[in-house]
Amino acid sequence: MLTGIILVPLAGAALAVGLRRDARLTRWVALGAALAELVLALAVFVLFDTTAGGYDFEVRVAWVSAFGIEYHLGVDGLSVPLVLLNGILGLAAVLVSWRVNERVGEYFMWLLILEAAVMGVFVSLDLILFFVFWELELIPMFFLISRWGTGRRDYSAMKFVLFTLAGSAFMLAAILALYFSFPAPGAGGLERTFDMTVLAERDLTSLLVPSSLVFAGFLIAFAVKLPIFPLHTWLPDAHTDAPTAVSVMLAGVLLKMGGYGLLRINAGLFPEDLRAVAPALVVFAVINVLYGAFIVMRQTDLKRMVAYSSVSHMGFVVLGLASAGAGASQLNGVGLNGAALQLFTHGTITGLLFVVVGLVYDRTHTRHIPDMGGMAKQMPLIAVGFMIAGLASLGLPTTSGFAAELLVFLGTFPVYGPMTVLAALGVVLAAGYILWAAQRTMFGPRVERWDGLTDATAVDVGAMVVLVVPIFVVGLYPRVLTDVFEAGLIPIVQGLGG
Amino acid sequence: MGIEVRDLFLLSPQLGMAAVAVAVVLLDLLVKRKPLIVVVALLGLLIPLVASVTLWDVVNRQGAEVAFNGSLVVDEFALFFDFLIVGVLALLLLAGTEYVERFSPHQSEFVGLVLLSGAGLMLLPAAADLITIYVALELASLPVVALAAFLKAQNSSTEAAVKYLLLSAVSSAVLLYGFAFIYGATGTVRLFPGEGMEPSIAQALRAGGDGPFGGAAVMAGAVLATAGFGFKLSMVPFQMWTPDVYEGAPTPVVAFLAVASKAAAFAVVMRLFYTALGPASADWSLMFAGLAVATMTVGNVVAIAQSNVKRLLGYSTIAQAGYMLIGVASVAARTPGTTDDALGVSSVVFYLGGYAAMNLAAFFAVIAITNRTGDDTIDGLAGMSKRAPLLAGVLAFAVLSLIGLPPTVGFMGKLFLFNAAVSADLWWLAVIGVLNSVVSAYYYLNIVRTMFLRPAEDDTRIGAPIPAQVALAVTSAGVLVLGLWPGGLWAFAQTAAGGLLG
Repeated sequence: MLTGIILVPLAGAALAVGLRRDARLTRWVALGAALAELVLALAVFVLFDTTAGGYDFEVRVAWVSAFGIEYHLGVDGLSVPLVLLNGILGLAAVLVSWRVNERVGEYFMWLLILEAAVMGVFVSLDLILFFVFWELELIPMFFLISRWGTGRRDYSAMKFVLFTLAGSAFMLAAILALYFSFPAPGAGGLERTFDMTVLAERDLTSLLVPSSLVFAGFLIAFAVKLPIFPLHTWLPDAHTDAPTAVSVMLAGVLLKMGGYGLLRINAGLFPEDLRAVAPALVVFAVINVLYGAFIVMRQTDLKRMVAYSSVSHMGFVVLGLASAGAGASQLNGVGLNGAALQLFTHGTITGLLFVVVGLVYDRTHTRHIPDMGGMAKQMPLIAVGFMIAGLASLGLPTTSGFAAELLVFLGTFPVYGPMTVLAALGVVLAAGYILWAAQRTMFGPRVERWDGLTDATAVDVGAMVVLVVPIFVVGLYPRVLTDVFEAGLIPIVQGLGG
Repeated sequence: MGIEVRDLFLLSPQLGMAAVAVAVVLLDLLVKRKPLIVVVALLGLLIPLVASVTLWDVVNRQGAEVAFNGSLVVDEFALFFDFLIVGVLALLLLAGTEYVERFSPHQSEFVGLVLLSGAGLMLLPAAADLITIYVALELASLPVVALAAFLKAQNSSTEAAVKYLLLSAVSSAVLLYGFAFIYGATGTVRLFPGEGMEPSIAQALRAGGDGPFGGAAVMAGAVLATAGFGFKLSMVPFQMWTPDVYEGAPTPVVAFLAVASKAAAFAVVMRLFYTALGPASADWSLMFAGLAVATMTVGNVVAIAQSNVKRLLGYSTIAQAGYMLIGVASVAARTPGTTDDALGVSSVVFYLGGYAAMNLAAFFAVIAITNRTGDDTIDGLAGMSKRAPLLAGVLAFAVLSLIGLPPTVGFMGKLFLFNAAVSADLWWLAVIGVLNSVVSAYYYLNIVRTMFLRPAEDDTRIGAPIPAQVALAVTSAGVLVLGLWPGGLWAFAQTAAGGLLG
């Protein structure tokens, strides 16, 4: 099942590039692959047993037996929703790319490889395999941004790759240090392993190097990806210059790889160290939230605005994580759950925002906010999409954004009261910048320049609907996800002593 | 103790290679159709190949053999490099057919010299005393001087040859000087003990055989030998010649130097240091660690500024040598007596195998492209994704492997090297290595960027001849397959390392 989930997009990619002479057919192939992938992801989500605990759908094949590296896949409550998220966004990304006309075959090939690589990250249980997928994702991103992007795409693509590579350099060192902290096979004692599930049950406090260094190695890699201030500078550039679908994937799932890593590895394997850095982490979280929000305010580029709002929203993930690290509290599972839920909801919400921005840009060829205005009259459907995404983004009740942020605050307030209040300001700011942006772009006086523009096509509406559905479903009934997340987070919370 | 038939049998891969070289040159007098010569050479490579396979079987059954009164050793380690060098030469001849035509009517001399140098390279990993090492090194180097000068019409080619000749001579002298120190301190030139012969260097060291100068002399010898070999390895600070020679010499010769010559040099360095100077490993391990840092960093940083693709590849091979030095430095295992002991050597051997695949793929693509465009600059690669989609694809793929991104052999190779470093408590070295890969990503991706993003000046398509396509397919398949299933080559590398470490 999980192997299939990695192979389906790869097969789609191979087909897409094989059929590249016929652009129409290629699109349908990509759509088919993305649909099949979503069906598989949904199947995993539905069939996953939240009560059983532990990992499901495990696959385990020896890969490089000399080092005990395994092709080891499996999902738990933490990864299942993210697999689903990736399926949803993969479909939205294909739909929103319908108008790509340049080298269609190669474009969809890279897009589908990207989806496969991200899937691999979420379902790998072997650290080396995890790392392989983590790095694999760079290649499609480099090509997608640099070939189909806009503006300074060349610069942005390179910056993205170099930032991530630099971060993962530390991760690789940390993985190897972790591995060699245990004796060689046959030397007695606990054998060395790359298996996350085995490592999660071990005491990792006395390692080859101080465990805080290993922790820091992982933290740096994930902090680049999430991103955590001050390692975020690649994000606005990459987002702004990427083609729409790639922005959707980038905000929707690639950032989540960082959050997932923080939860799975930093919190799951190193609870002691997480506790130690929690007070510092909470400060970074608040900086992320507020800094991101203030920067959003003064953006005039619609896409850049959404990009910085991601920085702000990812701050809540860090906040939830820090609250869990504060330990002792009965509620720290709540903060962690909120952080995990925030990963999912932000994926759909910001994905939708980028879809809408992309649709607007396709028509107006501008992202400059002052040029816009009154578009609700010319493009009512797109305006509806924008408003749904915007309201969810500012955390309106009944949307998923509300549920996630509420959980984070509930978890954090008892341990870091004043900091939570400061972070909550971020929500207020979000309300400000979202509504202000809506007013300046969608409402207000009609701009005659845009009179002849068409509204969203059926395909565009499809892309929006794919993302709107989970926003409301999760908003109205968050337990559909929180129960699953909780199943995965219980061991982590226990490890943290909650 | 004269020479016995068995000695010749054990030398048969090298003899076979030399025989093919001579045959090719003689054949030139008889045949008119020059392309036939390459075919003969390719078929001729089967002789050393079969000989190596036979010997592998013998060694597998009876263990390592020493021949010629202890001056030649045939073990898994030496045979691994026989296979590697034969493979590299075969691919080179395939890919270089078109390029070699411009040397007409001297193709056969070109092929013959390459094979002759190959014979020397095969002798190097099998050399079992200091004198044989030196002789093999000269046999490998001197043909290269002539080869580098093959583009007679170009000044840069002649310059490359003269540079290579002078520096080769100097480094040989330094190497001999170092050998003299080792001999002076230990009283022997042998790497292996034999019945009724004087002890080996390692035995003399273990016995604490304080010669006239004691341990300091051995160290001085080791340092001088490192300097001498450093030239072949393009190790900083002996790398100065590399970019100049790479820029001027014919590209197939550059590929030969970068891959075959470097592999054999690494083999002999590991042989000398692990077998002979093993007892002093605590002294030289850190030296290699330092050299690794310098080599990687200089190679990668200077590569950024290059505008000529051959020069860039030159600096890239310097950096790659730096990564491999990490493996050489990783001697001391954390838990002795386990499989960890061999991690350093195995990882270097594995990396050399992968390095051959990815570097040859890169060079072959560059040969095919520049041969048609006549433009060696990176700018000349602009728009190649349209003009030569497959060549550009192969080059991009090879370059991704050189960065060390999955799913390529470059990733696995680096993983194993850094693995070895951490296992030897050199985790800081691993961190520097990975950070260096980040730096390298910039200039490697710059090649990809130029090929795929910049428009071409003219749109004529560029194809590659069939033999070159075969070579490209083999090497790029190697990069991918070894990246996905490294187990086979790793097991091979471990066997080879086991042969070296006894």
